Amino acid sequence: MAAPGPLRLLRAAAAARRWLLSASPAAGARPGRGRAAAAVAVGAARPFGLSARAALSSEDKITVHFINRDGDKLTAKGKPGDSLLDVVVDNNLDIDGFGACEGTLACSTCHLIFEDHIFEKLDAITDEEMDMLDLAYGLTETSRLGCQICLKKSMNDMTVRVPEAVADARQSIDMSKNS
Amino acid sequence: MGPGGACWRGGGVPGGFKRWLSSQARAPRVCVVGSGPAGFYTAQHILKHHDLARVDIYEKLPVPFGLVRFGVAPDHPEVKNVINTFTHTARSDRCAYYGNVTVGRDVTVGELQQAYHAVVLSYGAEDNRVLGIPGENLSGVYSARAFVGWYNGLPENQDLKPDLSCETALILGHGNVALDVARILLSPLDLLRKTDITDSSLAALACSKVKRVWLVGRRGPLQVAFTIKELREMINLPGARPVLDPADFAGLGNAVKDAPRPRKRLTELMIKTASEKPGEKTVAAQVAAAAREWGLRFQRSPQEVLPTADGRRARGVRMALTQLEGSGDSAKAVPTGDVEELECGLVLSSIGYQSLPLDPAVPFDPQRGIIPNSSGRVEGAPGLYCSGWVKRGPTGVIITTMNDSFDTAQSVLEDLQAGVLDVSASREGFGAVGSILRSRGVRPVSFSDWEKIDAAEVARGKAAGKPREKIVDPEEMLQLIGH
Ligand SMILES: Cc1cc2nc3c(=O)[nH]c(=O)nc-3n(C[C@H](O)[C@H](O)[C@H](O)COP(=O)(O)OP(=O)(O)OC[C@H]3O[C@@H](n4cnc5c(N)ncnc54)[C@H](O)[C@@H]3O)c2cc1C
Ligand SMILES: NC(=O)c1ccc[n+]([C@@H]2O[C@H](COP(=O)([O-])OP(=O)(O)OC[C@H]3O[C@@H](n4cnc5c(N)ncnc54)[C@H](OP(=O)(O)O)[C@@H]3O)[C@@H](O)[C@H]2O)c1
Ligand code: FES
Repeated sequence: MAAPGPLRLLRAAAAARRWLLSASPAAGARPGRGRAAAAVAVGAARPFGLSARAALSSEDKITVHFINRDGDKLTAKGKPGDSLLDVVVDNNLDIDGFGACEGTLACSTCHLIFEDHIFEKLDAITDEEMDMLDLAYGLTETSRLGCQICLKKSMNDMTVRVPEAVADARQSIDMSKNS
Repeated sequence: MGPGGACWRGGGVPGGFKRWLSSQARAPRVCVVGSGPAGFYTAQHILKHHDLARVDIYEKLPVPFGLVRFGVAPDHPEVKNVINTFTHTARSDRCAYYGNVTVGRDVTVGELQQAYHAVVLSYGAEDNRVLGIPGENLSGVYSARAFVGWYNGLPENQDLKPDLSCETALILGHGNVALDVARILLSPLDLLRKTDITDSSLAALACSKVKRVWLVGRRGPLQVAFTIKELREMINLPGARPVLDPADFAGLGNAVKDAPRPRKRLTELMIKTASEKPGEKTVAAQVAAAAREWGLRFQRSPQEVLPTADGRRARGVRMALTQLEGSGDSAKAVPTGDVEELECGLVLSSIGYQSLPLDPAVPFDPQRGIIPNSSGRVEGAPGLYCSGWVKRGPTGVIITTMNDSFDTAQSVLEDLQAGVLDVSASREGFGAVGSILRSRGVRPVSFSDWEKIDAAEVARGKAAGKPREKIVDPEEMLQLIGH
């Protein structure tokens, strides 16, 4: 199910706008330069070439559970080496405002809270990530920026939590479900 | 307009017939004033969480995105990635953009309220605070806001032509805008050349003689308003040497031990930089090459801009030395009675932006410089909302603005659901406003018009190896789209 190159580019869109994804090719007219740059920044050399990736079976995929702000659990799969931002974008996960800078360490909207045992084994944090994380809402001891965390086999079935934004303290309303 | 196509809520069932039927029901019409992050994030949230709502965004300038285009520094292109999300919102079938319409002048807020069920004011902060000290209007003194507008191609600031013929510049204020301005003044030209900084400001910076920049704050190192990422970037700026006085930081390492992490790390970075002697390790190469320098000065409150002998230009600023009363964020700077003169040929006042009242019909709190509101509901004005800097005051990064815009959008949705907003009467939206504008000779710019301007800018930039060359004259923009 791995997306071929061009499609991946088309998808280089912040999760925030997945609700608008139209069939139009213009949707990806200006792919974020961001995520390519981010891959370099994190040194996330993707472990598989395209053809190898295409051959990945679903067992090679890693399952991640996201607890969204409203408490809803979203479950999605990603490939080893994918960042958590990739997982959110590629699976169109509905997390408001996630990934505004498209993985370029310039926004902190991809802030996620990890389970202790996973957090301890994450790659060391860089000064640059820490600088951005310092601006995030609801910072905790086990917070990291999702665009900088790449999936590993050992993360299978982990649960990450989307922190509450100040604005989300109240009950959110969705009038698109009951139309 | 735009390549809309069928849009539905991803993840859910594509609406289909039922959706089509229900769209015949009354759709709430929402108007947003201002197309900066606040305007776009408010629109996005309403469109996303209400299947029928239609949102029209009105913008004073022909071109959208507010401070993302005209504030965010040209060497921070990654911050501008949010434009991709805004573009998607604008291309939605249920969203329309009307640029070149100044609300309050071309159409009143009252008229908008007649045409829409809800009006959200997201018009930002277009002015700057003033120091209110003698000499502030001498030549050689500029507001950081105007200087930023100048290098970012904001039409109203294109005649600024700042005089960069002196060696020392003084920036008043310790916020991120102050750091932006300092960085632009001291950045190697080769770094700026590849950005979307305007051609004319690049040419002016190429002739700049400025090689020393002091950033002066009225309070201490524990009260600086800038953030660590921006400070680190400044410290690592090629060709420029940080000059921090270790005495300013004496004892602070201990003081921040238990401070919240952001303050602690920021202070530690300043202490570390101050204690690195020239010629030492990491900074060695940098210092050797550094023809330029910058530094932070603390506890100095501007008292008067001093004129040259002929009384025309600034030659320096007299500072009142201060001591701090209280501690932490709330510490106050109180003059000690001592003064000091700092010499400089260029003064940039970076003490904050300021919102202005838009229309006599809209409540405004001049003290706080905001529209009084609770969760974005304008006090005493049902159907009127606000978001962004005009709601909160002129601080906070884009994500802060995003959160408070979602908060306002949430209020609109709540009021729709609770029936506080009466959508039983149909409102014509742009149908009504369009005729008002026509009668006044105003021609709005659509989002696809903007996309033409955008394409022209990108094409012009390409030749010079820049992401775009901004068109700085609104008339030229309008000509380009055949207005
Ligand atoms: C110099 C500078 C640099 C910044 N850099 C960063 C950064 O790197 N990263 C970051 O996260 N944040 C940055 N910020 C902060 C960020 O820009 C703000 O949080 C955000 O832009 C505020 O959004 P807003 O929509 O309230 O205001 P604005 O962005 O100012 O948008 C207001 C819009 O309303 C329009 N308008 C005004 N009056 C009218 C009228 N009468 N009728 C119709 N339209 C009108 C304006 O033209 C403008 O387009 C920076 C701010 C400044 C000043
Ligand atoms: N890269 C980025 O992320 C970026 C870039 C630019 C801007 N921004 C954001 O945009 C917002 C606005 O930035 P800003 O720099 O304009 O505002 P700011 O962060 O509020 O900083 C204003 C500075 O001016 C000082 N000041 C205010 N009144 C003064 C006076 N009368 N005399 C002397 N000093 C005075 C303040 O000192 P006191 O604390 O003593 O009042 C403070 O140091 C901020 O939230 C900023 O973070 C972000
Ligand atoms: S997506 Fe912006 S910092 Fe991660």
